[in-house]
Amino acid sequence: MVWPACLLPLFFAVETVPATRAETVTIAAAADLTYCIEDLNRSYQESHPDTELKLSTGSSGNFSTQIQNGAPFDVFLSADIQYPKNLTSGGFVDPSTLTVYAVGRIVLWTTKPDTVNLDRGIDVLRDRAAVKKIAIANPEHAPYGRAAKSILENSGIWAEVQDRIVQGENIAQTAQFAQTGNVDAGFVALSLLLSPNLKHIGRYIEMDPKLYPKLEQAMVLTTAGSKRPVVRAYFQFLQSPAARAIFNQYGFTLPAPNG
Amino acid sequence: MGAEIWQALGLTFQLASITTLLLLLCGLPLAHFLNSLPNRFGVVLETIVALPIVLPPTVLGFYLLVIFAPQNFFGALWQRLFGQQLAFSFPGLVLGSMLYSLPFAIQPFQSALRGIPRFLIEAAVLEANPIQVFWHVRLPLALRGIVVGATLAFAHTIGEFGVVMMIGGSIPGITKVASVALYNEVQKPNYAVANQYAVILLASSFCLLFAVVLLQRHSRWFDL
Repeated sequence: MVWPACLLPLFFAVETVPATRAETVTIAAAADLTYCIEDLNRSYQESHPDTELKLSTGSSGNFSTQIQNGAPFDVFLSADIQYPKNLTSGGFVDPSTLTVYAVGRIVLWTTKPDTVNLDRGIDVLRDRAAVKKIAIANPEHAPYGRAAKSILENSGIWAEVQDRIVQGENIAQTAQFAQTGNVDAGFVALSLLLSPNLKHIGRYIEMDPKLYPKLEQAMVLTTAGSKRPVVRAYFQFLQSPAARAIFNQYGFTLPAPNG
Repeated sequence: MGAEIWQALGLTFQLASITTLLLLLCGLPLAHFLNSLPNRFGVVLETIVALPIVLPPTVLGFYLLVIFAPQNFFGALWQRLFGQQLAFSFPGLVLGSMLYSLPFAIQPFQSALRGIPRFLIEAAVLEANPIQVFWHVRLPLALRGIVVGATLAFAHTIGEFGVVMMIGGSIPGITKVASVALYNEVQKPNYAVANQYAVILLASSFCLLFAVVLLQRHSRWFDL
């Protein structure tokens, strides 16, 4: 079989892709890291200006599904540990890289502190006149949504508020529902409220960690990513004292440092 | 299939039906009005009406979310009139869907109304007032285009995702339509249930478009 000459450039193109990709790290980060990861990446670029960082933020469940279907991510920072753990069984990620990088904290946030009196604690949600709609992330696939649902259940008010619940696709959208004033209160990640964009907007109270399962957030390298030194270098940075300081600044509790 | 699937599908078809009905009611006079405008205004207005065809649904979703907010004028007015907020409600979705599917109804309506031979209208005007002419002459003669427009608007509303995603809040039985439910199942991930939604949406979309193509090919079906 004779290959037409016009197809030749295609082969060259395919071959040159890895060469340009060598300096690129493609990152999938959970929505609660929306602002935090930008700071982390900025800090990394200062010492590694030649590495190109490509960032996607969104729901952990969505990224997990995409990685199972061959999405070209190198690093996956999930908002829980279950999604990256599940990926290890399918050979999509390198199991030896599974690392808890932070523990998330969830808060009840309102942009209408005059009508929604957070001094009453979570009980304020029972007030139907003041709180007509409550935003949580989708508990079916968003870790912060699951946490919010447990908080409401463990406080014994789930049945009372259920008909006023609005679900965000991920925790960033949940925060946006509250920010636009379309809901009166929302359960959101503390990390989002500590960002420059949302700082000083409204009021929040932190939820008692005893009310919800620990939001252990783990990261993992994909099978393709773990073989590349640039990805490894970025991954090391995420566990460095400099990165831990940034996670800390965004309200995350930190796991014991790895040796 | 589970009750959840039927609930989401039922909601989708309910949304599409109500949207289509309202688009028939407002769309026909609007199409007639647009046709009667002089070129200068007509062109601008027609462009605005056609925008949802090319606009990313996120643009519509974003503006609706801002407009619906109870602290803004329209959101506040609605809440005062109906005692319910628009975002994350079924009426909110209906309003969003009407905007989203507007051109799919209006454009066939307009060309159908435009295609009526002039002499028929001129003859009718001698005997009847404009409203009678609209109901008894224009509408029957434009029936095929009206059915095409209504079917397209219905099908397009079933296919709505981005707008609902942004203003819906995924509330079962109220705003969790089939396209959003399908997305949630893919995220879980629960491919078996996702597939059930997908097959039904695919089949119903095919049937609706099939009807549209049939109608367009058999122009004599609606001849009176």
